[in-house]
Amino acid sequence: MGLPVARRGPWQWIPQSEVTVNLHEYQGRVLFRAAGIPMPDGDVASTPSEAESIARRVGGTVVVKAQVHAGGRGKAGGVKLAKSPAEAAEAAEKILGMSIKGLIVQKVLVVPAAEIASEAYVGLIMDRASQRPVFMVSPAGGIDIEEVAAKTPDKISRLAVDPRYGLLPHQALGLAFFLYRDFAQARSAARIMEQLYQVFTTNGCSLAEINPLVTTPDGRVVALDAKVSIDDNELDRRPDLALLRDETAEEPSEVQARRANLTFIKLSGNVGCCVNGAGLAMATMDLVKYYGGEPANFLDIGGSSNPDKVVNALRIITSDSSVKAILFNIFGGITRTDDVANGIKTALSQFPVKVPIVVRLTGTNEAEAVKILQGIGMPALSDMDEAVRKVVALAKEAA
Amino acid sequence: MSIFVGRDTRLMVQGITGRDGSFHAKQMLEYGTTVVAGVTPGKGGQTFEGQVPVFNTVADAVRQTGANTSVIYVPPTGAAGAIFEAADAGIGLIVCITEGVPVMDMTRVLPYVRERGARLLGPNCPGLITPGESKVGIIPGNICLPGRVGLVSRSGTLTYEIVNHLTKHQIGQSTCVGIGGDPLNGTSFIDCLRAFQDDPGTDAIVMLGEIGGTDEQNAAIFVKEYVTKPVVGFIAGQTAPPGRRMGHAGAIISGSSGTAAEKIAAFETAGIAVMKRPIDVVPLVQARLK
Repeated sequence: MGLPVARRGPWQWIPQSEVTVNLHEYQGRVLFRAAGIPMPDGDVASTPSEAESIARRVGGTVVVKAQVHAGGRGKAGGVKLAKSPAEAAEAAEKILGMSIKGLIVQKVLVVPAAEIASEAYVGLIMDRASQRPVFMVSPAGGIDIEEVAAKTPDKISRLAVDPRYGLLPHQALGLAFFLYRDFAQARSAARIMEQLYQVFTTNGCSLAEINPLVTTPDGRVVALDAKVSIDDNELDRRPDLALLRDETAEEPSEVQARRANLTFIKLSGNVGCCVNGAGLAMATMDLVKYYGGEPANFLDIGGSSNPDKVVNALRIITSDSSVKAILFNIFGGITRTDDVANGIKTALSQFPVKVPIVVRLTGTNEAEAVKILQGIGMPALSDMDEAVRKVVALAKEAA
Repeated sequence: MSIFVGRDTRLMVQGITGRDGSFHAKQMLEYGTTVVAGVTPGKGGQTFEGQVPVFNTVADAVRQTGANTSVIYVPPTGAAGAIFEAADAGIGLIVCITEGVPVMDMTRVLPYVRERGARLLGPNCPGLITPGESKVGIIPGNICLPGRVGLVSRSGTLTYEIVNHLTKHQIGQSTCVGIGGDPLNGTSFIDCLRAFQDDPGTDAIVMLGEIGGTDEQNAAIFVKEYVTKPVVGFIAGQTAPPGRRMGHAGAIISGSSGTAAEKIAAFETAGIAVMKRPIDVVPLVQARLK
């Protein structure tokens, strides 16, 4: 018997942030229920009075759970038991607005407190090694699955599903019997596996996880949690899923960057970096570090050459007050270096940039780019090492 | 000599009338690639740049032109369909440049392509080039030089940076292959290492990896066991914070398997010379070509 609390799954083993949309539990529940997975009644609330009326409707003791993308909600006080609608309102009052690992709680989920006889783990993950969705199930549910993997790996069963045929009935039953001896419970669990597989494939998930999958004292099998993350690449054809992204749960500058079609990750150093291509961007950050500097960010302007992107990139980089110098590292291929130069010129005419900028560019239309930069009195370097050494020195001077 | 593409390559461009497709088809023609056909449904019968016939279907293009390689520049939601079509028509090498292909689509595409005996490169890759012979994709031709160093990479522009260093120092390349940064892709480091090992035109191999996943570690084991040619390696993302993706879906640190430190250690164990900076490729390769 125990309270359903937030638990960590293979959550951090899979791509984070931009590559996936991480759903809140209440959003995952909607997808689970649409597929028919048995879950406790309940709903999401943004105010204490909403929480109270949900508690009144579902009746009995309820659990009020903070909806944030952070593990350890329970430990942080984000999960509370309430024996009456009034207590549910009180719990919601305490949890809403609370900060858990830097994230402000804006919604709570109110669900009936389940009686638990046993807890299991069921996860479905897109696996790059087998290039297939892989089920991972364990009768040792309710705890950190990585801990199970480390300490008692024999308590985990894995199965790669051939997406052309889907999860076959005997495979689902085989996984279910790994969790339950009782045939009725195994059959229920097998059905849930099939439904979870449906959720996974129809929504383009990178992860769909139930932790815990519980049995109740009267023998039912019920999903007490719903953790779902969706492959970003699905969103173009699934605008309904794109709406589920909670931008309040992300770093504001990263949200701003995504809207401008840039990939940006804020770091703690003082050398702002603006690069085309993810691999070169990482190599640039590494070289900044190699020459004794600290990168302030990862920023990939991508392949297309659009001066507006450069303007947006500079706006985002300069909004970080810890940035003491900025490095452009552009290797023109599809990206035209003259477009980048024009972007820098436009940006400087639109808003003041108070820190020095070092530009390294080479490749497509390099001569035109150099001319444009010379026109605004900005030298252009063609060697990456020279540019990085220079920007690191400038950042050190200013610090 | 070279791997995957060369003088025998007869290239078809899927999406030849689109913005990216037409731009790069022109670049490939200018480089000297044998571009024999274009495909855009509904535009069959047109002629691209006065010399390349456009067909409605890949099957028509293959029947009438003998195309044996395809490069795909179609939008993400149509990319899987384009790969299926190319594989069905008997194309041997399918290169998918498109970025943003849903991973779920790839789970169905990959076994389909394999069963038909075709090779898929990508998606989300810059393609490949055999300098002086055939350029398939978007790698700038002017930075490459014919020669005897094989290069395989998960990145795009980082590849250009390294190739540029090699060319500036008169170190030519047999073939440069960009396998792409997506978590599920058609051609792995190991596929390319095996091909370079078997290619009499390649004397040394440069391998550019990134944080995330275990492909580089597996490649290192393969190098140790099967590759007798010298290998020089690089891992991008040594300063990346854990748990964050850096642009490529593949580039995340997944638990204990995927950090730069772990990959560099795997390289060193396999006898791969590891560059600290991109420029280090020059002395490391030079020392091994002598």
